[in-house]
Amino acid sequence: MRRGPPELLKPLLKFESIKNDHFPYVDVSHSVGLYVEGLTVTFDGFRALDGFNLYVDDGELRCLIGANGAGKTTLMDVITGRTKPDSGEVYFGQNINLIGKTETEIAQLGIARKFQNPTVFEHQTVLSNLELALHGKRGIFDTLVGDFSSDDLDRINEVLAIIGLKDRIKSPAGSLSHGQKQWLEIGMLLSANPRLLLVDEPAAGMTRGEAERTAELLKDLAGDRTIIVIEHDMEFIRSIANKVTVMHQGQMLAEGSMTEIKKNPSVLEVYLGEEY
Amino acid sequence: MISSYKRGWYSENKIKSLYGFLSFLLVLSGAVSFCNVYIPRESPLHVEIFTITLLGKYLCLAILALSIDIVWGYCGILSLGHGAFFALGGYAMGMHLMLQIGDRGVYGHPTLPDFMVFLNWSELPWFWVGFDSFWFALFCSALLPGVLAFVFGWLAFRSRVTGVYFSIITQALTYALMLAFFRNEMGFGGNNGLTDFKDILGFDLQSDAVRVSLFLCTAMTLSVAYYLCFLLMESKFGRVVLAIRDSEERVRFLGYQTEIYKVAVFVFSAILAGIAGALYVPQVGIINPGEFAPLNSIEAVIWVAVGGRGVLYGAVIGAVLVNFAKTRFTALFPEEWLFVLGALFVLVTIFLPRGLIGLAGDRPSNSGETSRREF
Repeated sequence: MRRGPPELLKPLLKFESIKNDHFPYVDVSHSVGLYVEGLTVTFDGFRALDGFNLYVDDGELRCLIGANGAGKTTLMDVITGRTKPDSGEVYFGQNINLIGKTETEIAQLGIARKFQNPTVFEHQTVLSNLELALHGKRGIFDTLVGDFSSDDLDRINEVLAIIGLKDRIKSPAGSLSHGQKQWLEIGMLLSANPRLLLVDEPAAGMTRGEAERTAELLKDLAGDRTIIVIEHDMEFIRSIANKVTVMHQGQMLAEGSMTEIKKNPSVLEVYLGEEY
Repeated sequence: MISSYKRGWYSENKIKSLYGFLSFLLVLSGAVSFCNVYIPRESPLHVEIFTITLLGKYLCLAILALSIDIVWGYCGILSLGHGAFFALGGYAMGMHLMLQIGDRGVYGHPTLPDFMVFLNWSELPWFWVGFDSFWFALFCSALLPGVLAFVFGWLAFRSRVTGVYFSIITQALTYALMLAFFRNEMGFGGNNGLTDFKDILGFDLQSDAVRVSLFLCTAMTLSVAYYLCFLLMESKFGRVVLAIRDSEERVRFLGYQTEIYKVAVFVFSAILAGIAGALYVPQVGIINPGEFAPLNSIEAVIWVAVGGRGVLYGAVIGAVLVNFAKTRFTALFPEEWLFVLGALFVLVTIFLPRGLIGLAGDRPSNSGETSRREF
């Protein structure tokens, strides 16, 4: 297994201009990236999350695994403000309480989310999809008179090179293949340049080669950003994660490196046991 | 490699179709006016003043259709109450024209319109003050629909009322306004509305010159409105709006406050509709609560569907063609028109989901492929 980004990607990943300081209000001085404690969410009596705890360091790349219904997507919904929890705390860095904020506010704080199914704007071009995601002001007057700055152009060109859609900028996103849509969505994350990335099944529908490239990309992005990945593909997880959290019935079942997880008896019983 | 925003964006075709449409509209309306004014009545090329007024009316309705296309075709908000904004704009202009009558009314009262004298009112109600100024009335015909759309849109979009629920409450809005304006005590002429207008800006409304001028004004207003809509929808703002149409939640997760965008589009659209109403009233010579009828708003949506939503000229073409058909058809079979309209809507929805302009093989300006969307 190769370490670090592939040679091809290295010159393209020049995000030095916007590193840790592009969302200055997030206090990560104690290296807390995301702090989730005692989170409980119930839907009609069903406990999707049940006193769930999660502590992710700033700059960490964390994988979440768990069977269907384990609460992974609900967790993402809570972090991004889509679902209001019954109880519990969610802090971004150590100073920003995310509970009670709207999806918009949370997104503006620098938390981006990639959905399970590629959700790109199918009726718009590749370029315009990237433009909409671009890190910048979001008000109506900004978008009425706004234009690309030279930084924006650099960024979009970098992103286009990374996602390999340079010759498709004027194609409608709806005309892309499934894998290309995945890449476009990753490109939208890159142009948003978030501080915390929530990635739901990034490798779904990708070929082995594409999945490997995605894994390299995620590894390279971690460090400057905190990344949480939900994935079922064990091969993929093995290739990216140093720390894995296993969820089961809305609770944290185990946490540790992939090797530790694979030895954990309760994990073997409830999750890996079914597949291996 | 994209090096420039604008160059990367506007396609030659879009610019061409914009200028093509605008020059077609202006040249045609200029030619029609010329044929009325300078070609003698005996010549077969002469255009009757009746036709001019009819065309002016169609163009007003085309502005209304444009405003509906902006909210429905581009932003995905199906408003079935745009007739309310149109009628409010019309009432604002009607009030001015009413006050212009002066002492030439049936009762000859120097300041009060006839219906107020009839109701034994002794002075002008406070909300009629200022409408003796043409410019104030024109301003109000844009402001009032705008304010109503802002309040209504803000309440609805902030509570995330969307889809068919929104459509239903817009119907309720226009219906409620209709009932309110029917009441004599409201001070807007009740059932009869405002009519018997004499002149506008000191010129006789019945004269041919004024009618041709009003028609030309309407054509120019339509052009300006069309151009503004084009600029708006080709800006990043327009792309955010399109994105909201296709996946509002996704746009929210990108950090855009979608309700503000929706309110902005709704208000802009209502202002356009109001101005269309203000131009309509002097040309047809009457405004009454019937303009608020829910049916009117639905009809206007059908024009857009028939022409082709999500494309600016689709709305204009739809409005003109359907209204032309209506004029012809109601002359022949006045009772059957609504059935024809309904059938037209059903047929277009089933066979021409992209409207008449879909026949020409023209793709909607910003769509990749057609998809079934929930209204």
